[in-house]
Amino acid sequence: MAAGLVAGIDIGSTATKCAVLHARDLTILATAITPTGWNPREAGETVLAQSLAQTNGRRESLGAVVVTGYGRKALPGLGKAMTEITCHARGAHFLQAQARLVLDIGGQDSKIIQLGPDGQVLDFVMNDKCAAGTGRFVSNMAAALGMTLEEMAAAALTGTPVQLSSMCAVFAESELIGSIARGAAPADLAAGIFQSIARRLKALLGRFAPGQPCTFTGGLACNAHIAELLSRHLEQPLTPAPWPQHAGAVGAALFAATS
Amino acid sequence: MPFATVEAFKAAADKNPLRIKEAKEAGRRIAGMYCLYTPMEVIMAADAIPVMLCGTRQDPIPTAEKTLPRTLCPLIKSSFGFGLEETCPYFNAADIVVADTTCDGKKKMFEQMAAFKPLHLLHLPHNPTLPEALRFWTSEVARLKERLEMFYGIEITEADLERAIALANRERDALDGLQRLMALKPAPLSGMLMLELLFKSGFFPDKEESSALMEAMVAEVSAAGPGQEPEGPRVLLSGVPMGMGSHKVVKLLEDAGARVVGFENCTGYKRVQRVATDRPPLEAIAARYLATPCSVMTPNTARLELLAEMIDLFQADAVVDLAWHGCHTYAIEQHTVRTFMQERGMPYLALETDYSEADAEQLRVRIEAFLEMQTVAG
Repeated sequence: MAAGLVAGIDIGSTATKCAVLHARDLTILATAITPTGWNPREAGETVLAQSLAQTNGRRESLGAVVVTGYGRKALPGLGKAMTEITCHARGAHFLQAQARLVLDIGGQDSKIIQLGPDGQVLDFVMNDKCAAGTGRFVSNMAAALGMTLEEMAAAALTGTPVQLSSMCAVFAESELIGSIARGAAPADLAAGIFQSIARRLKALLGRFAPGQPCTFTGGLACNAHIAELLSRHLEQPLTPAPWPQHAGAVGAALFAATS
Repeated sequence: MPFATVEAFKAAADKNPLRIKEAKEAGRRIAGMYCLYTPMEVIMAADAIPVMLCGTRQDPIPTAEKTLPRTLCPLIKSSFGFGLEETCPYFNAADIVVADTTCDGKKKMFEQMAAFKPLHLLHLPHNPTLPEALRFWTSEVARLKERLEMFYGIEITEADLERAIALANRERDALDGLQRLMALKPAPLSGMLMLELLFKSGFFPDKEESSALMEAMVAEVSAAGPGQEPEGPRVLLSGVPMGMGSHKVVKLLEDAGARVVGFENCTGYKRVQRVATDRPPLEAIAARYLATPCSVMTPNTARLELLAEMIDLFQADAVVDLAWHGCHTYAIEQHTVRTFMQERGMPYLALETDYSEADAEQLRVRIEAFLEMQTVAG
């Protein structure tokens, strides 16, 4: 039976994503997502099975698979491993052809990629090894404020940013708790948190020519408020990609289609 | 395919910790060194063994951090920790450490080290182009000669210095030949192996022996010609010194399919420049050492010239520039090197890390993505 499907699996530090595409016309037929948990291999197999079930596709109809993300080496028998930088670039270009920059905020790192006209990587920067300015940082801060991520983002839109100087996830939490104790309004603290993330991202963005169309990917890009907040602070319009969390998986599937 | 001469070199190198101990027990003079600015000819002219000291491993860093700030570069902390812990056989055997004011971190660390080890500090000027700098540095080389004369109760003659220069130049030629093997395409050895050989070459008590062993490797490997296996992108590694224990980036690059063909650092190709034999020896020694293109110098345009030369010589496809955390001079110079490489259309990746494995996966992503940029079309 001809292999009619290709798949990309993005095993991230927080979530594992899968995209199944039609091998020839490259339509996105199915996507799935699950928490990575402690077993990246199992998470990868789960999302692949879920995606195939959505397409009613049988395993035999699956052709090439490319695995990306920090767990890219967890499924060696299944498909080739490629980095999330290369896959995000390809996926973001496919999902938003006019984009020249990709801002991806993942669970444990954030990165900015300069795209060439065909979606190739021309340059990239990643944040340091700490959790500063990552999805993990944002979740921790929301927890410290006793809010969900959605509540924190909505509150931040109305607040006046409180200056938070610390970008270390651990120190920032202490600083936040100190501010709460001094009676700062939650909305102002929420605004301050996004301003501090933006400050960090701005340092990364400084490497690239200003004013380029920038697409926004990763879990935080699912929330329109966050895109708006970061655009405001970065003075750089961010357009969330369609399927923002799946950009890496889509890119991986596209590489699978041409492999 | 293993080369007999490479195995012979490694087997001989394995005996170096024992041999330095034996040399000490036999009453030989031994002077330890950390830095490529230390003029080893002066030590050799004192009939002392110039030996490189340990400073490339993570293990002694927690001990060092009891005294030194944690944000200091790992090379300085490791060097200091090895001394404190007495876990480096070469440090233990050394009668005296000959140190340099290479950077602020080293300079101040040596103040602490001088509390438990005889130490001579050479004051290094930081603008190599000033005529006064060479005059001053020549006087520093002379001051080292006087210190060793006093320390050992000997006299060092011009003839002693000339003999030392000849032997040190022989070692440099051997190191040059060894590294030039990697210019072959495909390279006949892995970058990891080359790093191991270069690193271990610093610990031989007898430079006649180590030179002969290296010359034999050059003869055997060059006769076999280029490597038989296809190789990935050829990477020129630039930046801070490294060795076994701080080889993380070389390993990650080669695990990801690249071949590290050249080392533009003080472990590698910066060691091959000869001392001139047509000038008064102290002046010739001073001139050669002052010309070392380290990031502590300003201006340091010689490093860019060396990089350009090495890109051609080693047929490099990409440059990876490594700085240790806390090494401000190499970290700042990454911007200069990046611009230089961009102007030449040479793929360039700047990395900053330490000796720990904590960021290995993050580095792996950067390195693999960088290599994918060379090999994957969009």
